[in-house]
Amino acid sequence: MAKGVWIVAEQRDGALRKISFEIASTARKLADELGDEVCAVLLGSGVEAMAAELAKYGVDKVFVADDAALEPYTTDAHAAAVAKVVKENDPAILLLGASVQGKDLSSRLVGKLATGMASDCTDIKIEGGKLLATRPMYSGKTFGDIVVSGTPQMASLRPNVFPAVENAKAGEVVKFDAGLDAGALKTKVLEVQKDASGKIDLTEADVIVSGGRGMKGPEGYSVLEELAGLLGGTVGASRAAVDAGWRPQSDQVGQTGKVVSPNLYIACGISGAIQHLAGMSSSKYIVAINKDPEAPIFARADYGIVDDLFKVVPELTAAAKKIL
Amino acid sequence: MNIVACVKQVPDTEALIKVKADGSGIEEGGIKWVMSPYDEFGVEEALKTKEKFGGEVTIVSIGPARTMETVRTALAMGAEKGIHIDDPALYNADAYATASALAAAIKGIPHDIIFCGMRAIDDDSGQVGSILAELLGLPSVTVITKLDIEGSTAKAIKPIEGAQLLIETSLPCVITAQKGLNEPRYASLPGIMKAKKKPVEVKKAADLGLTVEQKSTVAKMSPPPARPPGKIIQGDDPAAKAAEVIRLLREEAKVI
Repeated sequence: MAKGVWIVAEQRDGALRKISFEIASTARKLADELGDEVCAVLLGSGVEAMAAELAKYGVDKVFVADDAALEPYTTDAHAAAVAKVVKENDPAILLLGASVQGKDLSSRLVGKLATGMASDCTDIKIEGGKLLATRPMYSGKTFGDIVVSGTPQMASLRPNVFPAVENAKAGEVVKFDAGLDAGALKTKVLEVQKDASGKIDLTEADVIVSGGRGMKGPEGYSVLEELAGLLGGTVGASRAAVDAGWRPQSDQVGQTGKVVSPNLYIACGISGAIQHLAGMSSSKYIVAINKDPEAPIFARADYGIVDDLFKVVPELTAAAKKIL
Repeated sequence: MNIVACVKQVPDTEALIKVKADGSGIEEGGIKWVMSPYDEFGVEEALKTKEKFGGEVTIVSIGPARTMETVRTALAMGAEKGIHIDDPALYNADAYATASALAAAIKGIPHDIIFCGMRAIDDDSGQVGSILAELLGLPSVTVITKLDIEGSTAKAIKPIEGAQLLIETSLPCVITAQKGLNEPRYASLPGIMKAKKKPVEVKKAADLGLTVEQKSTVAKMSPPPARPPGKIIQGDDPAAKAAEVIRLLREEAKVI
């Protein structure tokens, strides 16, 4: 019978991504309820040393495949390697991150393992010995509780939602052969163009200062950049601002942009159209600044200021400077 | 080139979604149904590919009778023909069952490249394109913003956190589209007229030799958890209001 809570760790350029610790900690919690062990799959070239870091977050065993064909990530190589080790070990639960890579890999694995998955979950627990995963649907206008009847029960977890909790375990390394035939792989990464700005990705940011139509043009964003920089965050935008060409597509938060869950989301000159709310309503704290007291964003905000953002935001920066 | 684009009919982005009292699904009354926006990018890319290399675009969609409107919309944009899989066993099906039905339909027709949206904006699962590729034994490149095809090679740009990847794969393959890939065209009036006469086959799961097998179910739907009412900071002085918010973020929320 299928047993154990498994995760697929995500690493890039020789370092584990933060989401790996979030899923490891969540897996630990579920495994403790089930009285099971947590196993991680770690793939890449020269990655074994990272196993110890996973152990810190509650991983009992780390299945490591070290293969040049696994670096950098490609869908077909990683899906084949994970499917092989999962089929050999028959875990009950398999968790991945709902990062860009995790979404791609997990979906392909659903096909390879002929099972079901709750994707981009914001809550997960064990009920009656089975996984019960909660996830936003209809862009957060509803939530669904998902039960997976296939094996393993798969879920991908939304980044920045589940806490990473240190809880040291053995992290015993078990090496396995990914069994890849490099000639049969059909996808190849030709080039990685790193974002030269070094901007924190919206999906990984703890603080986001976002601007909408009320910014009136691309120039206004400098005041948001200043506040975001001071708070260790990054700048986002509404669809209106992206469609107007003020900000790049990669900055868009919302239904046709990114879904974000920062600790703090500061919405400046954003009315709060339902498409925008879909992308940011799982933020832990929301601050809204808007001239229009009727703007729907205020219904979602923890703290609101009805005023001109160009007067308020520089004052936020000044006030934050005093305490930081 | 034989091009396939998979589309799904979903509630319009502006639609208010109400959960049925028993949590079994959503109230469908009064909803305006549209093609999922990411599928529009897929259809547009399919049409651009046809315009460049010649060939035909086939639209495949699953859903009840109303889904035909969405298939016709894609035909009005310029696709040649459609397959509409209309089987109650597949309404609200999970990703695996949906992909299995699409795979069964696409296996029966020539396909050099298959486009899907990166996710449908109703269940937001984002799995179908990848599962479909796996079931057809094809490579997949997902969530892309640029595509170049040369001979039997496809090169795609995929943004990831903090970087962009240039990925190469070989045709036939499955591509999933995201915003930024193109600007979907509107259906022209002559296009809409022509679309009425274009062939659409309507099929049941059994016609495709398919036994529907769900691997996951939505046990219950609920409205989003209510957020406690927020605090509007009162006053006329922007500096004082800003200082108060910073104080609250520091002392009450403890997020800065």
